[in-house]
Amino acid sequence: MSTSNGAGTSTGKPLKQIHLAAHFPGVNNTTVWSDPAAGSHVEFSSFAHLARTAERAKFDFLFLAEGLRLREQGGKIYDLDVVGRPDTFTVLSALAAVTDRLGLTGTINSTFNEPYEVARQFASLDHLSGGRAAWNVVTSWDAFTGENFRRGGFLPQEERYSRAREFLATANELFDSWRGDEIAADPGTGTFLRDARAGSFAHKGQHFDIEGQFNVPRSPQGRPVIFQAGDSEDGREFAAAGADAIFSRYSTLKEGQAFYADVKGRLARHGRTHDQLLILPAATFVLGDTDAEAQEHAREVRRQQVSGATAIKHLEFVWNRDLSAYDPEGPLPDIDPDPGEHTIARGRAQVRMYRDPLATAREWRELAAAKNWSIRDLVIETGSRQSFVGSAATVAAAINDFVQADAADGLILAPHITPGGLDVFADTVVPLLQERGVFRTEYEGTTLRDHLGLAHPDDAASGRVAS
Amino acid sequence: MSASSSPHPPLSASPLHLAVALNGAGWHPAAWREPGARPGELLTAAYWTDTVKEAESGLLDFVTIEDALGLQSSRYTEPDGRTDQERGRLDAVLIAARVAPLTRHIGLVPTVVATHTEPFHISKAIATLDYVSGGRAGLRVQVTPRQHEAAHFGRRTFPRFRIEDRDTPAVRDLTAELFEEAGDYVEVVRRLWDSWEDDAEIRDVATGRFIDRDKLHYIDFEGRHFSVKGPSITPRPPQGQPVVSALAHQSVPFQLVARSTDIGYITPHDTGQARTVIDEIRAGQTAAGRAAEPLHIFGDLVVFLDDDPAAAAARRERLDELDGAPYTSDAKVFTGTPAQLADLLLEWQQAGLSGFRLRPAGTGHDLRAITRGLVPELQRRGAFRSAYEADTLRGLLGLARPANRYATV
Repeated sequence: MSTSNGAGTSTGKPLKQIHLAAHFPGVNNTTVWSDPAAGSHVEFSSFAHLARTAERAKFDFLFLAEGLRLREQGGKIYDLDVVGRPDTFTVLSALAAVTDRLGLTGTINSTFNEPYEVARQFASLDHLSGGRAAWNVVTSWDAFTGENFRRGGFLPQEERYSRAREFLATANELFDSWRGDEIAADPGTGTFLRDARAGSFAHKGQHFDIEGQFNVPRSPQGRPVIFQAGDSEDGREFAAAGADAIFSRYSTLKEGQAFYADVKGRLARHGRTHDQLLILPAATFVLGDTDAEAQEHAREVRRQQVSGATAIKHLEFVWNRDLSAYDPEGPLPDIDPDPGEHTIARGRAQVRMYRDPLATAREWRELAAAKNWSIRDLVIETGSRQSFVGSAATVAAAINDFVQADAADGLILAPHITPGGLDVFADTVVPLLQERGVFRTEYEGTTLRDHLGLAHPDDAASGRVAS
Repeated sequence: MSASSSPHPPLSASPLHLAVALNGAGWHPAAWREPGARPGELLTAAYWTDTVKEAESGLLDFVTIEDALGLQSSRYTEPDGRTDQERGRLDAVLIAARVAPLTRHIGLVPTVVATHTEPFHISKAIATLDYVSGGRAGLRVQVTPRQHEAAHFGRRTFPRFRIEDRDTPAVRDLTAELFEEAGDYVEVVRRLWDSWEDDAEIRDVATGRFIDRDKLHYIDFEGRHFSVKGPSITPRPPQGQPVVSALAHQSVPFQLVARSTDIGYITPHDTGQARTVIDEIRAGQTAAGRAAEPLHIFGDLVVFLDDDPAAAAARRERLDELDGAPYTSDAKVFTGTPAQLADLLLEWQQAGLSGFRLRPAGTGHDLRAITRGLVPELQRRGAFRSAYEADTLRGLLGLARPANRYATV
């Protein structure tokens, strides 16, 4: 990949090209729905708007998360955040109709699906988008989500990555079951297929024992681009062994650099090079005309994200008990967390964040007392902050520094407003990155692999270099 | 059969509904070799967009999109290893979603295989197709008893059988089981569509509540083959209930149509057969307590169309010769002119059919003959719409938007 004006960093290293993606705001409390500018999270027009904005700004791809059971807290459906989202594959295929170049990345669970069906869907999406499909492979195992599916939730937790690994390996066998030259479609000779065995596969393993013929011929990218999210030791190894990109959560410099070094350092053991795995953290941003204005705006956004009711619910993750009697503008509860096995919240990732609830509760009480914080103040101050806040110039510089310092290869940006939350970024930050020569001004290729600088699997296999 | 020169049927007859069943290059296995078939583009978005737009230009009610979990084959129950016919296809739901933003009125009805897929996934996929198309989604539910397709999933095994064995007790039991499961599947899909009341999203800033969770419902389905808790993760789609359809050839599938669908496709070869089947479905509908609900019964026909009947017959013969065998079908195979087909459709309509799903023998050629020949002919006779009268598929089919089964008010 070229560095357009030959500029280098102060260390003399050539400038890295930044990758940027748009994350459709999801069902968590970083998504602000109470703002007058907030639109639908379900209507297709919202998805189309974000996708068109991302493509106008020459982003690499649009990213969709997934959820397969509505979250609950205290035995009731959680009602304080956005609830409801459409089907990933269906939205991405429709978005392929309103965009030309933008990559289309979907999170699809490997637990409550079967490889043959998922491989058919991704190969179909890759055909229908002209080579723009990507799969963020995630795992789940819990009986709670499993209650919506035939197979239930029988998968033991320790098997989630072994099933995911085998699921991905099996899907790759299916993608590779067509070489790509089998279809002759020659009306003159009457030969449609050059090879009657096209698509033949047989896989026998711990989780899958399947055989037959895959019925989707090889797609433009050969295989969709593979993303992996997940931060455990197993998750990092899984990504280093076979993913093309990691959707990570480290958007601060030091943590980002540590994660980046760790994961990139694992590649050689798997016979892979440094540029075969991209690290792309999720990040948020708040822009203003000046840095001060952006900081003020960010504070307002934090208050929109954390209502009094949300603050109480957040505290319940740690206390693991009903705190609805407490005043969010008052002091923290003096009772201790319930150490029981039962968790008050189900279907969300935050539950596992607090490993030692008693210690966390003690620490938070001391902090709140020292700072004179209410419950809501505490949640706002200790909760996740916007990753990049400032004027367009400040944010462009910060993003560039972050990537050049090897904390990431780019960012997956989650706006807090649907669907217009990316518009200002596209109009003000992107041109500044382009001026610095660190972000494309035009798409150079047509496929997502082209945008990400990843070789086509056939070229990689034969040792040729991607064009 | 009435002569093509007969007077037009009375204009008081209800207008016909017309759909086409899209199947790659067409229903004749040699269709891909015809001029205009675009055989090298069958896996591209451009092919499917152009095809569905052509159907929309003819004001058709909807297109169905064929699908299967195995490679196409000339044999019903197993692969055939042939290389002279079209092989390979894309997921029908994704094709429908891909063309949805590029069309405005026509209904989009992909095939969905109930036997190996998850009703939770399909429910949200079709609900989402309804969102991306602005209320034009349906599904055509299908079962598969094929052993080699079951082996693609590895979760259940079916006996290997030949099509000649379809009336043996073992195969009949399997068929009955798969259709019973498909009935449960449709029930789950429908309950999930209703699992959100229409006004569940409240965005109440004062209390901080995005939804009124009392308007979301666990479906708590427990059946023989699976159970599903719910609610859906996708809010109730624009049509409330997208249109459910199924193809039926025998008593067991007739009962699925009678109990569970909005449209049944049947394959009579004359009006007498059509009447018999319709009577059986209507009786099943009454027995299921759905007598008051509208249920469309469409006749399926494979069509070879040309302005000159001899040309249509010659084209069929030419394709048969290329394929090395005479074309046969479960449905009646019609060969002739659009005017002759119009006669036949209006005659069959008298048996109680509310519409037809035509299977173009060659998509490129016969779809155009339908949109540019048959449709104007039917319009001249006052038997088909001259403009789209609704924006949703239910609207085109004269189906009201159903009340939510879980709503209390």
